[in-house]
Amino acid sequence: MYNEKVMDHFFNPRNVGEMENPDGVGQVGNPICGDVMRVQIRVKDNRIEDVKFKTFGCGAAIATSSMVTELVKGLTLDEAMEVSNKTVAEALGGLPPQKMHCSNLAADALHEAIKDYRSKTSVAG
Amino acid sequence: MTSERNSPARKVYLDHSATTPVRAEVLSVMLPFFAQAFGNASSVHRWGREARVGVETAREKVAYLLGAEPSEIVFTSGGTEADNLALRSTARLLRSKGNHIITTTVEHHAVLHTCQILEKEGYEVTYLPVDEYGMVSVESVIEAIRPETILISVMHGQNEVGTIQPVEEIGRVAKEKGILLHTDAVQSAGKVPLKVRDLGVDLMSISSHKMYGPKGIGALYVRKGIKMAPQITGGAHERGRRAGTENVAGIVGFGEACYLAERELAEESRRLTALRDRLISGILERIPDTVLNGHPSKRLPHNVNVSIKYVEGESILLNLDRMGIGASSGSACTSGSLEPSHVLLAMGVPHEVAHGSIRMTLGRMNTVEDIDYVLEVLPPIVSRLREMSPFSAPAASETSGGGRNNVQ
Ligand SMILES: Cc1ncc(COP(=O)(O)O)c(C=O)c1O
Ligand code: FES
Repeated sequence: MYNEKVMDHFFNPRNVGEMENPDGVGQVGNPICGDVMRVQIRVKDNRIEDVKFKTFGCGAAIATSSMVTELVKGLTLDEAMEVSNKTVAEALGGLPPQKMHCSNLAADALHEAIKDYRSKTSVAG
Repeated sequence: MTSERNSPARKVYLDHSATTPVRAEVLSVMLPFFAQAFGNASSVHRWGREARVGVETAREKVAYLLGAEPSEIVFTSGGTEADNLALRSTARLLRSKGNHIITTTVEHHAVLHTCQILEKEGYEVTYLPVDEYGMVSVESVIEAIRPETILISVMHGQNEVGTIQPVEEIGRVAKEKGILLHTDAVQSAGKVPLKVRDLGVDLMSISSHKMYGPKGIGALYVRKGIKMAPQITGGAHERGRRAGTENVAGIVGFGEACYLAERELAEESRRLTALRDRLISGILERIPDTVLNGHPSKRLPHNVNVSIKYVEGESILLNLDRMGIGASSGSACTSGSLEPSHVLLAMGVPHEVAHGSIRMTLGRMNTVEDIDYVLEVLPPIVSRLREMSPFSAPAASETSGGGRNNVQ
């Protein structure tokens, strides 16, 4: 049911793990099936310098998590905010219809991480 | 990069509760009925008579498995249709007596969805709860009985978690109260002894493709003296209980499958039970934070169902598939409806634990080497997925000490 690209990201996920003292963290749960993704970002000069994820979920959830991290590394925060679940699904060459909702997880967690970073930095000064 | 996916070291099919391959002996008795003895079993000529002999011989073999009389066997298109026929026919014919049906929360959808439709048509249905092992209690059946109760439908072996229900005890209660008892024995047939007189059931559903017969054929046992309102109407086939030209080759194959299953039942059941217990204890010992789902001993001999905490079922299945192992899961992500298994939820298994459930159902071709291969391959898959999980397992590096749960 999944294409080769999805399977590649599933079996060889990029940027899995955790970093020390991330600049922003986003964790979201998928309200539909109960799966969870956490994204951590490191920001330098308003760009995403590094990004890591951990995901509890189906094949599509893990593959989209991996893909979103690959897509946004090096982007400015504004550019990264533009990355939507559709962008991620398209970059993977498409997902089965019943698995489209899984891609929300990845985009939402990323956006949360950016918002978290922005809220912290604005408080800090 | 992904090309290695296609050549696993071994292929191990562990989804026999979904379906089974057709046995060679079964296939060979079916073959003449496609192009040689192809007649319509209702025809008077020699072609018809040949087909009729095939059908009636098969009926005797199905009856042999169930300890029934051949006239008590009604062929259907499978387990689903047998369940539908049992429920809908009884509901319609006994409407003047009452409108109440008792069943359980862990039935197959063939029963559950049919009951839900009957509710819309004005019937009342009690869905009995189950305990943590997925077991229904005889007391709850007794308490649920009302003067208007016309049917009790309790499955024999549960298809997801393997728990065997106390059908025999419920049979005694039903008989005493004069209420008909149906059991969905699709998963039990050919795995555990299923004599209808010992169980005291009036109606029993079985399906060919779960026991090495072809797909699209099954039967409803209907105790002598019970009237049936056909749900598929037309000609006078199956003594007016189910219309439609018989699926002769399918029926012949099903009959042979029943005969072989009955002949080999005791030995095969013992063999499967040993493999099952090796797989269960192996998983619980080697992988921390795992739980057996279903009853530890009152269990189908071929069913293994475990929850592996902190990981999701579909991602385990995809990894197992890459290693040549075919299994299934009760995870929401694999269900199509995105709801976790209604059976695990009815047993009180928390949502996130149901999410990591894996069902492995054994069969004739499986060997000790297959089980040991699974036990070798599964732990590293789980560790890798756990490393990826935001719900980190406490002490995930532990090598033993799992299975501190309801098994022993
Ligand atoms: C318990 C149970 N009942 C009924 C069925 C349906 O049988 P069939 O596939 O022959 O329609 C199944 C098969 O999944 C089953 O496991
Ligand atoms: S995240 Fe659960 S179905 Fe994909």
